[in-house]
Amino acid sequence: MAVAQIEFSKELQSFIREWKDKPGSLIMILHRVQEEFSFIPREAAERLSRDLNMPLAKIYGVVTFYHYFKTTKPGKHRIAICLGTACYLKGGQTLLEEAESILGIKGNEVTEDGLFSIDAVRCVGCCGLAPVIMVGDEVYGKLTKDQMPEIIAKYKNLG
Amino acid sequence: MAYKHFILVCGGTGCESSHSDEIYKELIANAEAMGVKDDVQVVKTGCFGFCEKGPIVKVLPDESFYVEVKPGDAKEIIAEQIVKGREVKRLLYKDERQKDRIKVEDIDFYQKQYRIVLRNCGIINPENIDEYIARDGYAGLEKVLTSMKPDDVIEELKASGLRGRGGAGFPTWRKWMFSKGVPADQKYVVCNADEGDPGAYMDRSTIEGDPHSVIEAMTICGYTVGSSKGFVYIRAEYPLAIERLKIGLRQAREYGLLGDNILGTGFSFDIEIRLGAGAFVCGEETALLQSIEGNRGMPIPRPPFPAVKGLWGKPTIINNVETWANIPVIITKGASWFAKIGTETSKGTKVFALTGKINNSGLVEVPMGTTLREIIFDIGGGIRGGKKFKGAQTGGPSGGIITEEFLDLPIDYEALTSLGSMMGSGGLIVMDEDDCVVDVSRFYMEFCVDESCGKCSPCRIGTNQMHAILVKITKGQGTMEDLEKLEKIGLAMKKAALCGLGQTAPNPTLSTIRRFRDEYVKHIVDRQCSAGKCKDLVVYSIDKTKCIGCGLCARKCPVNCISGDKTQKYTIDASKCIKCGECFKACKFSAVVKK
Repeated sequence: MAVAQIEFSKELQSFIREWKDKPGSLIMILHRVQEEFSFIPREAAERLSRDLNMPLAKIYGVVTFYHYFKTTKPGKHRIAICLGTACYLKGGQTLLEEAESILGIKGNEVTEDGLFSIDAVRCVGCCGLAPVIMVGDEVYGKLTKDQMPEIIAKYKNLG
Repeated sequence: MAYKHFILVCGGTGCESSHSDEIYKELIANAEAMGVKDDVQVVKTGCFGFCEKGPIVKVLPDESFYVEVKPGDAKEIIAEQIVKGREVKRLLYKDERQKDRIKVEDIDFYQKQYRIVLRNCGIINPENIDEYIARDGYAGLEKVLTSMKPDDVIEELKASGLRGRGGAGFPTWRKWMFSKGVPADQKYVVCNADEGDPGAYMDRSTIEGDPHSVIEAMTICGYTVGSSKGFVYIRAEYPLAIERLKIGLRQAREYGLLGDNILGTGFSFDIEIRLGAGAFVCGEETALLQSIEGNRGMPIPRPPFPAVKGLWGKPTIINNVETWANIPVIITKGASWFAKIGTETSKGTKVFALTGKINNSGLVEVPMGTTLREIIFDIGGGIRGGKKFKGAQTGGPSGGIITEEFLDLPIDYEALTSLGSMMGSGGLIVMDEDDCVVDVSRFYMEFCVDESCGKCSPCRIGTNQMHAILVKITKGQGTMEDLEKLEKIGLAMKKAALCGLGQTAPNPTLSTIRRFRDEYVKHIVDRQCSAGKCKDLVVYSIDKTKCIGCGLCARKCPVNCISGDKTQKYTIDASKCIKCGECFKACKFSAVVKK
């Protein structure tokens, strides 16, 4: 019986073809899959299992081991709050609590409208700007919690 | 065409996130608009190190060092300096002590630094191989390939005294010699750029600012140990570093400095990038190799060491970014030059990411043997806000805290180990009197619980138990026996854990128990946190003799638990208080007391 397959873009398919026979390529391929879907959907893992001829358990073993890989869909705007040491000392935790209270979600959750998700992350490598948050690829440094509502509102208006 | 001016714009991650890229584009656009584009070359460089004052722009040959520059300042820099030859004084760095705007060579931050690893950061355009070559880049590789035997290279490294910068300080030459001595059809060379220590970004900045130094060094190693294949294992969280590395690899191949038949010598070597995926344990070399092989990054027991049996069972040399970046200079300038720098047992320099409660956060490189006092107070400009220094953490979650009495000890591998800390990768986090060491220990232990791979029980169970006890103490529910338990579990982990992560995870806790025992006791016996960080132990109240009844605290209180009026003064209902500290921060008369 034919199984309904998740759609992989042409680029992703050719990436998989290029890498599949290289030793140790699974993590590189997973990065590419997450780039396409913003997380690793179950169906994508199943398809990889067939394409790479690799047990699904092995793929999930790797996906769940590494923090970078997500198994649920994040919000459209991903708020990453740095809790590296420098940011923690300078109030990163307060920023996290403020964002959680404004959006009404906890870390690793997504708002109902799917717009926002919050992740507490370990060091984004801008310690000179501590405390730091990232929304998508945009970095906001030397923040106080009073600035949080404005930043979140900015992305809310973008939709 | 000769340019009259060069404008260097910092393209490090810190400055890029403060829009240095826009500054760069604005400078070019304005130079064109004002018809001076043939007089000035605008270059985007790697990190200047002075992240606190970023974005940084430097104008040569005037040596003007501009700080906290905004995209809107570009027009003035071009119009004034390039067109009229006048410095933009208001953007110059202003020294706090001299109260004057000064030149770069006079800035305290740079006075005691000595740059070997960061030699090209903030000077060259990392995306242009010609600029690296112009500063003796790939001269080391050429020298090795055309005039040195592999044994000569190992001898040179031995004479230099270079030790691994990633952690324990293993002599680099010895690792290479092991690998060279093992016959194998394939050997590998790996760069560990999985900088997982929270609060450290030396490796990120080195690759962003000078990717070729790593590429050149790995190629030299390939020739020495007899390998044709290298991997750079780098954090996926570092997109800019990955991009610059890709450009670097491509350019090196185009120039015949990488790939088949390098420089026509018949030697072939190539490098592939492999991405990490956010696992701290992958900084441990055997776990890192597992990850490159596409597996869960779980360490395996040593020996055999990777130098003998590593990636896919083949001899593998792993060094970290900073170690690699030293090697081309050692070859070109010679081992005896390098060995003159540093202390008896630790040669060369060390790069630290200086962060925390410090005036000048940034990337600093100092000779081994520099004291922490020089780094923190001379280079770092002392503690922010005139607060009192409490301690400095080196080695991140694997290190320990260093207190005031040891600030004058010359820093090298042995000195830090003797203090119950370690060199680690170079995170240097400064804490002041407002930081609670129990809370910081809990923070690091929570990190280790998250990052423990779960393979060996001393680490999997030990980190959890230590964390549970630390949480108890921060909540005021600890007992004196808990302190003994922490020490007992900690020592067991040090002895029994499989890898470096588990063996060093107790260090922050053990070192703070040793140095700040009274603070732990205060949490346990008096149920008090003097720094006011452990929320469960803090009680806010209002000193009626100081309260003027303005009511600001009551207006700021999010749960309306402060009541009173002008005549009666204000009081806090402790049963409703959520201890957010807003009233404490709001009061202009120090009437809100935190105990």
